[in-house]
Amino acid sequence: MNLLIQQTVNGLTLGSIYCLVALGLTLIYGIMEVPNFAHGHLYMVGGYVTFFMMTLYGLNYWVSAIISGIVLAVLGVLLERLVFNPMRNSPSSNKFIAAVGAMMFLEASARVLWGSDFRSIPAIYDNVVVMGGVRLTEQRLIIIAGAVILMVALYVFIKHTMIGSTIEAMAQNRDGASLVGIDVNRVAMLTFAVASILASAAASLAGPIFLVYPGMGSLIIMKAFVIIVIGGMGSIPGAVLGSFILGLTESLGATYLSSNYKDVVAFAILVLILSIKPSGLFAKGAR
Amino acid sequence: MLDGMKKSNAKLIAYGVLSVVAIAFPFISPNRYYLTVVTLGFIYAIAVYGLNLIVGYLGQLSLAQAGFFGLGAYVSGLLSLKLHLSFWISLPMAAVVTTLVALLVGLISFRTRGHYFVIFTLCIGVIINLVIEKWDDLTGGVRGLIGIPRPTSIGPIDFISLESQYYLVLLFLSLTIFVMSRIASSLVGRTFKSIHNSEELAATLGINVMRNKLLAFGIAAFFTGIAGALFAGYIRFIGPDISNPHLTFELLLFLLIGGQATIAGPLVGTLIATGLTESLQFMQEYRMVVFGALLIIIVKFFPGGLVGAAMKLKTKIEKRMNKANKSEDALSKGENHAAKNRGFN
Amino acid sequence: MLLKTEALTKNFGGLTALNKVDFEIQEGEIVAIIGPNGAGKSTFFNLISGYYPSCSGTISFMGKDMTRTPTHEFASRGIGRTFQTTNLFTDSTVLDNLIIGYRSKTKMGMLDAIFNTSRARRDEGASREKATEVLEFIGLTEVKGQPVGNISQEAAKRLAIGLALVTEPRLLLLDEPAAGVNHGETNELAKLIKKIQQTGTTVCLIEHKVQMVMNLAHRIMVLNYGSKIAEGTPKEISNNERVIEAYLGGAAHA
Repeated sequence: MNLLIQQTVNGLTLGSIYCLVALGLTLIYGIMEVPNFAHGHLYMVGGYVTFFMMTLYGLNYWVSAIISGIVLAVLGVLLERLVFNPMRNSPSSNKFIAAVGAMMFLEASARVLWGSDFRSIPAIYDNVVVMGGVRLTEQRLIIIAGAVILMVALYVFIKHTMIGSTIEAMAQNRDGASLVGIDVNRVAMLTFAVASILASAAASLAGPIFLVYPGMGSLIIMKAFVIIVIGGMGSIPGAVLGSFILGLTESLGATYLSSNYKDVVAFAILVLILSIKPSGLFAKGAR
Repeated sequence: MLDGMKKSNAKLIAYGVLSVVAIAFPFISPNRYYLTVVTLGFIYAIAVYGLNLIVGYLGQLSLAQAGFFGLGAYVSGLLSLKLHLSFWISLPMAAVVTTLVALLVGLISFRTRGHYFVIFTLCIGVIINLVIEKWDDLTGGVRGLIGIPRPTSIGPIDFISLESQYYLVLLFLSLTIFVMSRIASSLVGRTFKSIHNSEELAATLGINVMRNKLLAFGIAAFFTGIAGALFAGYIRFIGPDISNPHLTFELLLFLLIGGQATIAGPLVGTLIATGLTESLQFMQEYRMVVFGALLIIIVKFFPGGLVGAAMKLKTKIEKRMNKANKSEDALSKGENHAAKNRGFN
Repeated sequence: MLLKTEALTKNFGGLTALNKVDFEIQEGEIVAIIGPNGAGKSTFFNLISGYYPSCSGTISFMGKDMTRTPTHEFASRGIGRTFQTTNLFTDSTVLDNLIIGYRSKTKMGMLDAIFNTSRARRDEGASREKATEVLEFIGLTEVKGQPVGNISQEAAKRLAIGLALVTEPRLLLLDEPAAGVNHGETNELAKLIKKIQQTGTTVCLIEHKVQMVMNLAHRIMVLNYGSKIAEGTPKEISNNERVIEAYLGGAAHA
């Protein structure tokens, strides 16, 4: 029983990280119909910035995380300006290829600049908390709490600010018929900034437990894609739901089925879902 | 008519020169290292031809190709290593298994559209990669397969020397190019292109889109499987890396550099990209940094790649020359020309 | 009777785009479907050409049920169509468009292509022959080598009709064949449609140009809000109260 609770908490931790990455991916997809392949690599760069802020400049964990968020917001906007904005009118497979290019570029740059070593963001909150017989590190609780706070913040931003509700409207209604007079460029840049901040926050939170390395974005981006396909591409609640479903499935699957194949689970789920429903679980539109 | 004959003659001469260069290469290659690089380049080129059929002609971005390459390599490697089968049995088996798996994948994936298809095939690639990596008992996991036998000799012809292996790979490459150019110029290839152009219109005209997609996907996988098997027999050591989606991205890059939906593109792109990597020392480290940026620049500014750009240049020059000729004509037959124009309108 | 629909219905989400339409098309005639924008004309076309499936009701063609037939089989069963927004293979030349159009009538497969068998050569020859024949028929022989991007709007409209003709349809569905072309060109297109009917192909068209429809069609069906409100000869339709109110009247007010 304790094991079950333990693994559930681990699943929630994992789900929280996925969620922050998948939310950004789904927002960008919703606004621009770009499957941002490089999103996992923004997460990676975010992890590195936090790591270096702490180890090179001796900054506080939270200060480092905030700096990382700012740096990533700038990087995200740059990515939008330099790669995706010029590709606006290209065929969708070309956008995909451009995103793959951005991904290769970021990963290779990280390798050249920082080497291929695995690094770990210094853990400050590594005390163990015992709750109802279950032992948890503080960091895991911080990850879950951090993700929840950011999700609430995102919710408030979207529901209670002008620009936020514009983003949501654009994400949900791509026809744009009712959206005359919106500065599409501004919305696109802002979306990339917000999504990148979420990715960097995910990396800062995950860094002390999971490791920081150039390839860390590859697997998570593919899982984030699985999540947004499950949740419906462009859907925000779908991304949240999908993240936790995947986090829990992986964590429990690893314990009760096979830890060796735990990474296969996500992709197997996706293949299964698309086999039964070719247009995703929560496809929008009747056509 | 005469023009057409001139054209096909020029083509024949070009093919002839290329074949002579390809056959003579082992003798004119300045060192054995280049021979190794080119042989490997040829193997990748075969896989890129497969990708070209799917991406360039059919217009479906499949990201499962490295998975198929790895599948071909492992099937062939395992059959010859564990069951001691001849290379000449393991290679076709690899091609057949890869094709069957691809058809199964295609049957499901082609029911999805657009981005879903891309993500679906990517996931298939990842699954194949993970299974190869995790199925320790069969595949040796991350350690890989070591000591795969060389291609079995046929009578007096053995494949021990570098040269003989080069010729073996060249033979398969030529075969691939031959098949691909026959497909491209036939009604079958044009059917693929029409699906690329407008799936809806193709279906309205009575073309069975699903069947054609499966056909292209299967053929592509067949050649990708062969490339994998050749890789296993040539390098003789394979690890899970060869099925990693990163390889798919590289193959895609080779294709885009050379020019998609062209017959020369895959070979040109692969040779140039691998050649550059090997010949420029600094490229070793910065390779993917450069390639990543290059990929973006190519899709944005040169979606036709090198061959596409060359063809555009050629038609431009031809047009200019035609214009020059015409203006001369117009001077002499000015009246006649104008009358004809009026008649047509 | 060539084509028959019974209680044909299509919903999009909560919206009923087409509501229980019964309609018949006789062999050899030209029939037209008219109605205000959003009346369900294109939806009706998309259903009877198999472009998307109906929600309820049946479609039968030459006595055979086609309600659940996949899109690509409609062409081989003898129904050809054009689209409202002229739909062509933009990457190819005029001739190549028509050659591909004949593809469903040819049998060659992958192996024929690779080994360049006699069947491959026969099929390629037949496609070219058919394409050339249709090219002549639609009057585009002069521009056969041009990429479709280079030809005029009217030529593109002709080519779209030609593309449907190469599939050798018994029934040809034309979705606004004269949209966006000038008066003189409209008359030329009307002539072409007449010529098609005279060669024995039944024609059904959607058209906004009332004058053209009145001159061309033997029978007219009028749709409004997804339902059939009238059917009859051009004369009957132009005197029909409901039609005048819903369609002509509405247009006059606007």
